[in-house]
Amino acid sequence: MPSNRPITPSTLSIKDLPWQIHWNKDKCTLCGSCTAVCPVNAIELGVFRKRTVETALGIEGSASSVFKVYHGIRQRTDAAYACVGCAMCTQVCPNDAIMPYRSDEAPKLPYHINQGGQPRRRGGRRNVPGGILDQIKFLRISMLTDPALDAGRHEFEVRTLLGRVLPPEESLKHFNENGWVPPVREIYPLIIGSMSFGALSPPMWEGLQMGVAYLNEELKMPVRMCTGEGGCPPRLLRSRFLQYVILQIASGYFGWDEIIHAIPEMKVDPCAIEIKYGQGAKPGDGGLLMWNKVNQLIAAIRGVPVGVSLPSPPTHQTQYSIEESVAKMIQSMSMAWGFRVPVYPKISATSTALAVLNNLTRNGFAAGLAIDGEDGGTGAAYDVSMNSMGHPIASNIRDCYLNLAALGKQNEIPLFAGGGAGKTGNLAANAAALIMLGASGVQIGKYIMQAAAGCLGSETDRCNICNVGLCPKGITSQDPRLYRRLNPEDVAQRVVDVYLSFDTELKKIIAPLGRSTSLPIGMSDALGINDFNAAERLKIQYVI
Amino acid sequence: MCRLFAITSETPVSPILALGALDVMREGHDGSGVGLFLRDLGGPFDDMKDAPILSGIFTKDGIKRLDSYMMNLGFMTKYKISFKLPKTTPEGVPRRDVYLIRAYEYPEEWEGRSFEELGRELMSIRLQLREMGQAQQDMIVFSFWPDVIMVKEIGDPLTVGKYLNLDREDLTARVIMAQGRQNTNYAINLYACHPFFLQGLSTMTNGENTAFVPIKEFLMSRGFPGYMGFQSDSEVFTHILHYTLASLGFGIEAYKHIITPLQGADLEDHPNAPLLKQLKQSCRRMIIDGPNCVIGSLPDHSLFMVQDRKKLRPGVVGGRPGQYAFSSEICGLDAVIPDRDKRNDFQPMHLDTAIVGPDRQEIRICRQTDPLPRQH
Ligand code: SF4
Ligand code: SF4
Repeated sequence: MPSNRPITPSTLSIKDLPWQIHWNKDKCTLCGSCTAVCPVNAIELGVFRKRTVETALGIEGSASSVFKVYHGIRQRTDAAYACVGCAMCTQVCPNDAIMPYRSDEAPKLPYHINQGGQPRRRGGRRNVPGGILDQIKFLRISMLTDPALDAGRHEFEVRTLLGRVLPPEESLKHFNENGWVPPVREIYPLIIGSMSFGALSPPMWEGLQMGVAYLNEELKMPVRMCTGEGGCPPRLLRSRFLQYVILQIASGYFGWDEIIHAIPEMKVDPCAIEIKYGQGAKPGDGGLLMWNKVNQLIAAIRGVPVGVSLPSPPTHQTQYSIEESVAKMIQSMSMAWGFRVPVYPKISATSTALAVLNNLTRNGFAAGLAIDGEDGGTGAAYDVSMNSMGHPIASNIRDCYLNLAALGKQNEIPLFAGGGAGKTGNLAANAAALIMLGASGVQIGKYIMQAAAGCLGSETDRCNICNVGLCPKGITSQDPRLYRRLNPEDVAQRVVDVYLSFDTELKKIIAPLGRSTSLPIGMSDALGINDFNAAERLKIQYVI
Repeated sequence: MCRLFAITSETPVSPILALGALDVMREGHDGSGVGLFLRDLGGPFDDMKDAPILSGIFTKDGIKRLDSYMMNLGFMTKYKISFKLPKTTPEGVPRRDVYLIRAYEYPEEWEGRSFEELGRELMSIRLQLREMGQAQQDMIVFSFWPDVIMVKEIGDPLTVGKYLNLDREDLTARVIMAQGRQNTNYAINLYACHPFFLQGLSTMTNGENTAFVPIKEFLMSRGFPGYMGFQSDSEVFTHILHYTLASLGFGIEAYKHIITPLQGADLEDHPNAPLLKQLKQSCRRMIIDGPNCVIGSLPDHSLFMVQDRKKLRPGVVGGRPGQYAFSSEICGLDAVIPDRDKRNDFQPMHLDTAIVGPDRQEIRICRQTDPLPRQH
């Protein structure tokens, strides 16, 4: 930096950035691939001046200084262009000449990503690695008296119920009197959670749908996927594949004009309706689709103008009191499909979840409750909401389950847990732990993006630029130049891989526990943890 | 693993016969305890079918407390069996003051009460006594019901039987269930000993119930005082049977549809598919998942045997008209009814409920894929 230039408070050096680009002059061919691919323009062609001192070889003659110019890669240091560590440059470099490294010093960048008074917004996940789920172990291994089952050869029924289940006596009474019995879906306990068309790119969404359809129709695994708040493509609404889809309605009601109008033309009912009241990644904050991603297609499906940011309000505007609103929305959604479709709310995990649940137990139309923990992901949110707001899922689910068990309603209102399952890759173990703590099923989002589409994001602030439509993998971008990197067929295939391997792993967990014919919901005697306080809190065994 | 033996016979037999069968199957239990259930009694009890009989173990103080408690309620002793115990107890059997089998006369003011009412009262008295006994460690109560006697003790089955002199003439029955324990709980609590009893129903089980905790939580939240105890993971089989028959109003044919519901095509193709699907969903928390063989006795004097969905436990039914036995192993059956037609021995598989009815003429096989009898 020239000495006569002022240094502003936000002038940073490369050392101050979270990610530093190491570039190797010897290997670089100056092909320009890296600078072209970089989603945030963090690197550019640099012209460097270099001095070499040359000494004379003979007695005569004197040493001289030679100035040479060479070209290479220079990392930019303004906050707006800071490298996000995605390593796409590494991926495209033919000579492995470039790689981002994490700074060995606490980065100074976070103090400056609020230029113009605009706090940092991003996509992705909470920047806090790890969590309690990975610490939970499965202890109750069947040994001599009840031989462990064979995960490969015994018959298994890995299914769960989505819908309001009547207590046995009432169920029989309704049956005998031909009364109305609430719709119940028998589904696979791992659900692809709500990621909207809009947050996700067209090939990503299509790939997920194709994978889900294949799992259902070819492999007979009743896997379901929730649309998120972004509507649903008109052709899907009118196809038989709608039965594998959970339609989400949220406070922006995006896409619902289209959905309501399609009802008379629907060949099949959707699996269920999810009413979103909250989301784990940004509890108490509405959805946000930034203008960068609202292109013509998205605008058409959502029923909005092109190129405007689409923030959903934090609450449903129609509500006067929450109890009333929940009851009314559940009822009117049920009515729209002739009471043939389960309708359930989704909330962010919160210390007030029990109050919501108590309300639902008294509402005969409520088909379940989905709870999204603080580790849930998002397409766009304020950094502070993501990092600091919300409640961990494990204790929230456990409290709700035990509350239901005390009321005798543990079989009547299924709980679905989201947010953090598979955070470090241990999807089956995390999901099994949540189920044994009391969840009827588990919702995943980020995991499927990572496993099925190669999302680069991490809990240590890598990439996570899903909000601005620059996703280098084409997963959360609406720019065809980016999303053509993703082939929907490949995504579909990976979805199938993920589900098949998950299924085997889940069986490898439940078979040794002696379970196969019913999902071990609430089988807390199987669980243990080496943290005394956590054990007390979750009412599971403490083991060391 | 434990061993089970049950017999139903036109002519009353001695419980020592069943203990003999357990002794033959000695390799399958460790002699750590024995439980006996007797119904459709012979001998002196034959003439007092309606009198409720209290079975249990008491200390001297316990008996005093029992007497004053029953007296207060207006119960009068009608008949009792007194055990004269030898001076020395066999090894492994604890010394007890009193093994009680006592038939009562109902209080006068109870006259005219319906059978349901009586049943509720008898259960609540049994539970009350159990609670009192647990507080002071002076009473253990197994059953309080007309025409039912239960004996449970720690120790080797046959040794206990001989020690209590169970082959006495005044203790015979037409339905007997016996279990020889393989101790899995270390500290042996007699309330954890099979068979279990609840309002005229009794079951005993071989095997481990891996879904115990969720099932227990479900039963506990039904609000029925008899679903308690849970000292053994097998006790819930009795509770579920009770729930199936008493709360849901089904017959024994539906029991397997609750504990091990049909799956896939079997369920879809069943003549009662709509009912069974709904039942499977609403009773999902009572699905058992362990390797279990359950033998049970019903108030109409039938005996039945069911297996879990994987059929991982042994169990056989055989006999001849007039006398049938249910046994963990064929050797137990051979020891008691050697002169039967062995070709008719039946080992229930994952869909079967084997029932020998009150007439004791045949083994009725109810397959889970059969239509359910009409509900009344
Ligand atoms: S790591 Fe990603 S953001 Fe950083 S320079 Fe490379 S391509 Fe750009
Ligand atoms: S790869 Fe795409 S989806 Fe993954 S964190 Fe980066 S921008 Fe988001």
